[in-house]
Amino acid sequence: MATKKTPTKRAPKKRTASSDVTNEQLLEFYREMLLIRRFEEKAGQMYGMGLIGGFCHLYIGQEAVVVGMQSALEERDTILTSYRDHGHMLACGMDPDGVMAELTGRSGGYSKGKGGSMHMFSEEKGFYGGHGIVGAQVPIGTGIAFAHKYLEENAVNVAYLGDGALNQGQVYESFNMASLWELPVVYVIENNSYAMGTSTARSSANSTELYHRGAAYGIPGMQVDGMDVIAVREAAKIAVEHARSGKGPYIMEMMTYRYRGHSMSDPAKYRSKEEVQKVREERDPIERLRAVMLKKKVIDEAGMKQIDKDVKAVVSKSAEFAQSSPEPDPSELYTDVYADA
Amino acid sequence: MPIEILMPALSPTMTEGKLAQWLKNEGDSVSSGDILAEIETDKATMEVEAVEEGILGKILIAGDTDNVAVNTPIAILLEEGETEADLANVSSSVPNSVAVTDTVAESSTPAPTPVSVSGPAVEFVAPESEWDGPVVKTTVREALRDAMAEEMRRNKKVFLMGEEVAQYQGAYKISQGLLDEFGAKRVIDTPITEHGFAGLGVGAAFYGLNPIVEFMTFNFAMQAIDHIINSAAKTRYMSGGQVSSPIVFRGPNGVASRVGAQHSQCYASWYAHCPGLKVVSPYSAADAKGLLKSAIRDPNPVIFLENELMYGTSFDVPDTDDWTVPIGKAKVVRPGTDVTIVTFSLMVGKALDAAEELAKEGISAEVIDLRTIRPLDTETILTSVRKTNRLVTVEEGWAFSGIGSEISAMVMEQAFDYLDAPVKRVAGVDVPLPYAANLEQLALPQSSHIITSAKEVCYRS
Repeated sequence: MATKKTPTKRAPKKRTASSDVTNEQLLEFYREMLLIRRFEEKAGQMYGMGLIGGFCHLYIGQEAVVVGMQSALEERDTILTSYRDHGHMLACGMDPDGVMAELTGRSGGYSKGKGGSMHMFSEEKGFYGGHGIVGAQVPIGTGIAFAHKYLEENAVNVAYLGDGALNQGQVYESFNMASLWELPVVYVIENNSYAMGTSTARSSANSTELYHRGAAYGIPGMQVDGMDVIAVREAAKIAVEHARSGKGPYIMEMMTYRYRGHSMSDPAKYRSKEEVQKVREERDPIERLRAVMLKKKVIDEAGMKQIDKDVKAVVSKSAEFAQSSPEPDPSELYTDVYADA
Repeated sequence: MPIEILMPALSPTMTEGKLAQWLKNEGDSVSSGDILAEIETDKATMEVEAVEEGILGKILIAGDTDNVAVNTPIAILLEEGETEADLANVSSSVPNSVAVTDTVAESSTPAPTPVSVSGPAVEFVAPESEWDGPVVKTTVREALRDAMAEEMRRNKKVFLMGEEVAQYQGAYKISQGLLDEFGAKRVIDTPITEHGFAGLGVGAAFYGLNPIVEFMTFNFAMQAIDHIINSAAKTRYMSGGQVSSPIVFRGPNGVASRVGAQHSQCYASWYAHCPGLKVVSPYSAADAKGLLKSAIRDPNPVIFLENELMYGTSFDVPDTDDWTVPIGKAKVVRPGTDVTIVTFSLMVGKALDAAEELAKEGISAEVIDLRTIRPLDTETILTSVRKTNRLVTVEEGWAFSGIGSEISAMVMEQAFDYLDAPVKRVAGVDVPLPYAANLEQLALPQSSHIITSAKEVCYRS
């Protein structure tokens, strides 16, 4: 899929895919996407065992979006997202042990077991949640971008949102302020075609061009093949550079797909098995990168196997940690409500 | 090593289900994502997906078997290169993954665990030190402006944002002069976009800035209440103490004059309900200044409820730029011995008027200005009630689930034996506020209501 851009501002010069991506970076993308997939599969298994409670929203299928975006960011940049957040945390370098232990509600989790799947944070890694109210992360991310500008840090915030969140009013309130005040924020719409069970065609006007949603505010947008990690990276470089250079916000619409249900208990009656199978066979981001790397002889089958094995070990370790880490002490019930004045 | 495939749970409450049918046979090779079997519960049918690659070595539970307990081994998967001979060396259980294919509720509710209503211990808060230095007659309006200006001089991370706060100098002129002194970077006119700028402020606070978000009135903050509660109040807890929201939401609260139901409401009990927030509502200019400075310095989200009718009223304010009043400490504004009147904000004036009248009839009323609603200074209230044995609460908001209700319950729990009469609540009438002058007057607590209630609890007529 070609990268389409909104005509509201002069489109930046198009860069060819795979321009400057090194073999080492390709291997890193592959490893990170595989880590997210295996981690999420393990989370699904552990949910099935009753070790993870409540809601659990898996990122399987969408891995290229966050891995490609993250590769275009610098250490001082920040990100935040909605409740489908495990992939984002792993991509920004958070410890899989701490993420998995939060899913099991243990004291070794990032929020000491008090946040759960949807609520984790790491100031150290620039990850600001993990937000459970659809769309609420968008003004918050805009506010972090405001702080970046206020503190003159030359940093950028990436605020991820789904195609469903894009119909919340506060998203447009954010677009308006971000453009008005030229805030360094990149809005990444992860368009996986379904807002829970409602397709974009049934929920969103002009649903094939959601990247135009900022046009009224003068925010440039582009549509990107979110199943191609290299395309994501190349597009991200343009958007992030735009925001960092003081030109204000940018909107990226990532055309992606989630293989699993909205949450673990989603019957997924709103789409056919064939539809899911077709995406898995034809557009899977991990298989596509694997094919590219084999063709370019970046790595051989044996090397791939070794990466698989290494990733599996990391995930197994996180699952073990998440089961052996103790439950939070009952005294934790009352801590962290207020900071000491 | 061969891997056991376990009976999966559809939800944390599922304990057993029917293994309906196998879609793979023994000896079939399996890759990640393949559907192995179908499982039924009373709520749904689900498919069991393979996560590991391998060969389906042995089926342990046949299709069409009822009541299979969760986590029972149902099959054994052989890894590449293994044969039937390896079946004996089954590894520790690795469960399978599930995908649901039928209707099921979005959540399963675990049984509630009983909790104590008392919660964490109330911390003792020391009152502000007595001021015996010079004082200046200052209006509440100027006191609030001075508090912000002093804190902005003290800390470059403090900034003010809201509708008309900069060029217009504030809809109620609270921010007069601030744009001139601090510039447009730190005194920011926002669009009319409460939900958006409240959320933006919370994001800036997460990142370490100290925003003061002005709502033109708290009535408009209902557009933003999701960010105030779900984003600002809860994030410190949800992040295990990692991310705080050092933010102040301030503006006029309660009834002004003849502006109708949508612009006339007290939000004290709404916000006081929520752990994670602090709620402040001062009466005097000295308290307004000292508490706003404390609120700006506080690392937690603070709801600062002002009253438009008080803005022009003058009080003595300590002549210093370092006057702070601690959050969480009430003040006895008139000592007395016969009845305790607990109130806050504009109603403090009505209570003081009532106390003056009551004194003429030989009733000595003690008036407590709460100043802070959450955390509530229970000790000051209890000390007074143990002395007077009688309590009247006064608030402009509705009585139902109000501040008076909370205080009444607290006193019953902690000082029941000291009460010589049932607590009386004086509150706004249980209707949306009317516009007509006479009806508006009838809907709001007046000094006469306070006098009547005080006499009732003293069994005087």
